[in-house]
Amino acid sequence: MHRAWAIIERELRRFRRSPVLIAMSMTFPIVQLVVLGYAFGGNVKHLKLAIVDQDHGVPAVKVRELASAVASGARTIDTIDYTDPGVALTDLRNGRVNGVLTIPPDFSRRVLERSQPRVALIEDNTDSFVSNAMAATLGGLLAAYNQPATAPRVPGQATLDVVEVYPYVPYVQYLLPGSVVMSIFMMVMIGGGIIFIDDKARGLHEGYLVTPITKFELIAGFNISGTIKAVVAGMFLIVIGSIIAGIPNPFDPMRLVRLFVLVVVTSFALISLMFLLMVRVTDPLLPRAVFGILNTVLYFPSGAVYPQQGFPGWMTVIAVADPFTYAVHAFKNLLLKNTGFVAIASDLTFLLIFSAVAMTAATLLFKRTL
Amino acid sequence: MSNAIEVRGIVKRFGDFTAVDGVSFAVEEGEIFGLLGPNGAGKSTLIRMLVTLLQPTAGTALVSGFDITKQPDDVRRAIGVIPQAMTSDLELSVEENLIIFAKLYGVPRAKREKLIDDLLAAVELTQWRHAQVKNLSGGMRRRVEIARGLVHEPRIFFLDEPTTGLDPVSRVAVWEMLQKIKAERDLTILITTHYMDEADKLCDRIAIVDHGELKALDSPLKLKASIPGKNILDVSFSSTPPGWLERLQQLPHVQSVTGEDNIFRMSSTNGPETTLALMEQAQAAGVSVQSLSVQSTTLDDVFVHYTGRALRDALQEANPLDRGFMMRRP
Repeated sequence: MHRAWAIIERELRRFRRSPVLIAMSMTFPIVQLVVLGYAFGGNVKHLKLAIVDQDHGVPAVKVRELASAVASGARTIDTIDYTDPGVALTDLRNGRVNGVLTIPPDFSRRVLERSQPRVALIEDNTDSFVSNAMAATLGGLLAAYNQPATAPRVPGQATLDVVEVYPYVPYVQYLLPGSVVMSIFMMVMIGGGIIFIDDKARGLHEGYLVTPITKFELIAGFNISGTIKAVVAGMFLIVIGSIIAGIPNPFDPMRLVRLFVLVVVTSFALISLMFLLMVRVTDPLLPRAVFGILNTVLYFPSGAVYPQQGFPGWMTVIAVADPFTYAVHAFKNLLLKNTGFVAIASDLTFLLIFSAVAMTAATLLFKRTL
Repeated sequence: MSNAIEVRGIVKRFGDFTAVDGVSFAVEEGEIFGLLGPNGAGKSTLIRMLVTLLQPTAGTALVSGFDITKQPDDVRRAIGVIPQAMTSDLELSVEENLIIFAKLYGVPRAKREKLIDDLLAAVELTQWRHAQVKNLSGGMRRRVEIARGLVHEPRIFFLDEPTTGLDPVSRVAVWEMLQKIKAERDLTILITTHYMDEADKLCDRIAIVDHGELKALDSPLKLKASIPGKNILDVSFSSTPPGWLERLQQLPHVQSVTGEDNIFRMSSTNGPETTLALMEQAQAAGVSVQSLSVQSTTLDDVFVHYTGRALRDALQEANPLDRGFMMRRP
């Protein structure tokens, strides 16, 4: 085994002298965390809502007052009064407003008659985030409108009381587990896959193969050194990412120990996958070509950026086999919920079995000669 | 003298292509043995089989008494290898490269430091021991590789085209270095090259390889002596009378004459006597000699004799794509 350590020593000395490699592997996940986290994390505000009041009755004025209250409070919408519905619709089509709320002429009469009073929201649905936010805001507005002026002493309707177990989780925190796994993957890909193939193409592996090193020592040397590099990247992102995302109490020693174990297991699983993919490759262009594809196929179906419950069936199949899925799930537990090992036992089990299967297959494919 | 290497009918095929076709030879202990041939001749494939990087399709070889197919680990412990490509780690220092390989060969820690000191002195890189390899010249990098190949004190040293890509001064420096190290360490060296002068000056014996076959094997002197004509005379005249070529052919020791437009090439078994007779005949015929040069037989002549083509032509025949293929898939 001492020969494997010689390879590990060599790889780590080279790693230490390649600051560009280290920076590239760690910068991308941090930039992604910050940009995506804050781009997607905020609530939608200042949507322009045209209000066409064709009624002008007291109930219609009440609707307009509620809309103005939202505009000056939560600021989800900014209201603009229109008199001509045609002009309002033209402005909607030209993008000057995001939606048109029309209060029809018979609104007040229907309210008084209790005859299904209606207001209409005509919205630009090309941006589902905007249209959903506007529909939700106006839905809440009408719910408030429908509340009786005086609440009954004993309410007869069922209500839902939501109790949140954990403190509020902003999107940047939601994204952090995926970014940690991404940083591990980046290091596995650049510091493991690409360097492995480049070294092979340059003939460096010939230097190893003419020594008495065994097949097992070679495989151990390549994979342990790759795992160490990935662990460095993963722990770095946990520390920096936790500070950026504002994870509560990020440096609790027990949490760090659990995170370290998970980073090691994840790194080994991903380096095993990489070794299996690259064990017979000789063309240095290939790992570069598959880098982007692998990144997309593994990262997005993992639930790192969006809940897997919203995926179509075919993508769920990918997610089930994707080691990212289990790593991201486990990191969410440790980073966002600060759970113990019990909560991530099934994730760790999957990652360890995945590593064993991939490493066994790669070992069988690995050739001790050229 | 016993044999350090014995090659027995070794064959290597890649699909339908036969790279090495039943080659047999022996290398005696302590000699520098050269494999001479153009790119694609099968030299690198042969050496890669001998250093256990490739499995032979048929036949085998004994290296330091160990069978390359049955005892590859024993072979690896007994040999030092310098591959064709520069394979030292550019980011590491000279010393770090040697330390890593000493560990890969299992050199005990107690011996390691002294061995590396001695080797750095032998390849004259002591003052560069802490320099990163990427900052060294091509010739110095090659010397690092030579030191790296000797870090576990092997008795047999394989070098695959060690001077390819080096400038003439660096090439000569590498030759001198190898001769010095060989003398100091009692090494057996097997070297592949396509440089005639390198093979001529460095090697005790030379095997000419072409199209995967062994065409000739002997010392450079004996190889040169084995082909007809010891000297080549290139002579040009201001003008020549009719039948001059036939008269040149009748000069003493002349074996063949070719030429046209008053310029002739003569092959002779005794250059000095043929030259003397030529001058006398020219003077008697009133023909003035414009230029005359006499040269000994070269290995290039030997190569032409045994392979039917000049080595430089064979090198040009191997187009860049073929060469790339041979480098990647020996």
